[in-house]
Amino acid sequence: MAEEPKAPQSPESLQSKETGASPQPSAAGAPAAPPVKPAVPAAAAPPPVQAPLDNELTRRYREHFESAILDALQDRKQPILIVDHAKMLQIARYSRDTEKFDLLEDLTAVDWPRREKRFDLVAQIYSFTHNTRLRLKIPLGANEQAYSMAGIWPTANWLEREIFDLFGIDFLGHPGLKRILLPDEWQGHPLRKDYDILQQDTAWVRENLGIESGQ
Amino acid sequence: MADTVHQDATHKTEMLLGADELVLNMGPQHPSTHGVLRVKLKLDGERVVDSECVIGYLHRGVEKIAENRSYQQFAPYVDRMDYVAAVSNGLGYCEAVEKLLMVEAPPRARVIRTILTELQRIASHLLWLGTHALDIGALTPLFYCMREREEILKIFEKYCGARLTTHAFRIGGLQYEAYDTLEKDVERFCKSFDARIQEYSDLLTGNSIWIGRTRNVGVLNSADCIAMGASGPVLRASGVQWDLRKAMPYAAYDQYKFEIPVGTRGDTYDRYLVRIDEMRQSRLICLQAIENIPAGPIMARVGKVLKPPPGEVYHSIESPKGILGYYVVSDGGTQPYRVRIRPPSFINLQALDKMIRGHLVADVVAIIGTLDIVLGEVDR
Repeated sequence: MAEEPKAPQSPESLQSKETGASPQPSAAGAPAAPPVKPAVPAAAAPPPVQAPLDNELTRRYREHFESAILDALQDRKQPILIVDHAKMLQIARYSRDTEKFDLLEDLTAVDWPRREKRFDLVAQIYSFTHNTRLRLKIPLGANEQAYSMAGIWPTANWLEREIFDLFGIDFLGHPGLKRILLPDEWQGHPLRKDYDILQQDTAWVRENLGIESGQ
Repeated sequence: MADTVHQDATHKTEMLLGADELVLNMGPQHPSTHGVLRVKLKLDGERVVDSECVIGYLHRGVEKIAENRSYQQFAPYVDRMDYVAAVSNGLGYCEAVEKLLMVEAPPRARVIRTILTELQRIASHLLWLGTHALDIGALTPLFYCMREREEILKIFEKYCGARLTTHAFRIGGLQYEAYDTLEKDVERFCKSFDARIQEYSDLLTGNSIWIGRTRNVGVLNSADCIAMGASGPVLRASGVQWDLRKAMPYAAYDQYKFEIPVGTRGDTYDRYLVRIDEMRQSRLICLQAIENIPAGPIMARVGKVLKPPPGEVYHSIESPKGILGYYVVSDGGTQPYRVRIRPPSFINLQALDKMIRGHLVADVVAIIGTLDIVLGEVDR
């Protein structure tokens, strides 16, 4: 399979990510991703893909939450706020009530195993009033718990269960955190980067399906 | 949008039963659940007092697969999520990666994409109409709907050789030039479709059995829709005149005139009317689009090996089911670092519990039908 060589390569590619897309408050200038630079000469020449963002909206957020707003940047013109997880609920509530981001369009996570804060919780929120979108990113350590946003946006209920299922992130205050896509007894969280694509819970498969793994 | 946590049954590990209550399992192999959906119903007589959805039977780990394929290799996989609207899935994915690469498909490609996507919307809604009516007991519309859908699938087949999982678009544009008679075929379909759609709506719209089974069944008001994230026709039937094609136009939608049909009550009947009207609007978009397909290239300049600069992008489109979003993260390599798919069916299905409470078991069938879910997309 053509994908096989990926596994040994991944450490380097992970490293490049960390320099490229990690929320560094000081230097958000992403194009300075040294390992990848030679590979993207054509795309690196046009305006930088990521840039610090300072507009009305981010200023209001910064005024309200000061140091809890770790960074504000835009990537391909899409605004991103990086937010401290300790204040995430207050920021979510403020987003919904004051800034009128009434729709939680999506909530997901990204695993960066080599970063200090391993996970990014990523919420795409949309405002019907202003027809704008904002992305909230909440960095989380490997053993840190997130706060459930199901009380603010009920959509988050299943989305958080999915994140719990596939990433193993725990949500405090969730009305019923359990697996949603995988069987309840399944071991492991497949969307983590250390979960290989061929890996599976062979014991579960043997016991419940009565077959040896086909892989 | 109450601040309280939505009272959802999903959290109950076991259902506590009262003296007169029983638990009924619907699915996973039940013809009316449109796939392998299992709904645990707690009943008091015939009335639903509580419910829990059990999903995941079709989980294939699409998002994990994405991290182990190149950008182009992953494109055919998205067709297999909402397999009755493969073209829409492909459009969302291709546009998301194009945004990530900061390229734009040429105008000709965008118009052809719009035509095919709108035909796909009609095909998806036709399949929904046929099966939804069948669930409720009207057998006839299914055969008519299949006849119309067949015409659309034939156009897809002529265009790209495939009928269901088409992989019609490529990142950067199109692989295939429109075949010679595409405009004629689309025009012929659209010309005859107007009378046909009228025929179907004559069969059902004023039909007292149909109204009895759908009026005030599964009501979801606009505040609840927004709070639960329900989108697409479900949201519009509750009276919110909002459509991503207008709000944040993509492909070539900004060039065409069309209306956003809305309902008022947010019940099953309104959702039916909204979808019927959407088919009419899609037909109008197709007719406008074939009038003037710009000449020019169909493919933007993208390399054979795609290496988007590190970063991330979120792009969503109005699929026949609702907001279909793609969140793609690149690390500068040839494979996506992460692809997240925001599935409209999954999120709309979350509202099921709220919609069926207090209704009869027979209405549950109608409400699952009206949500228009595809389990391939719910489970991914």
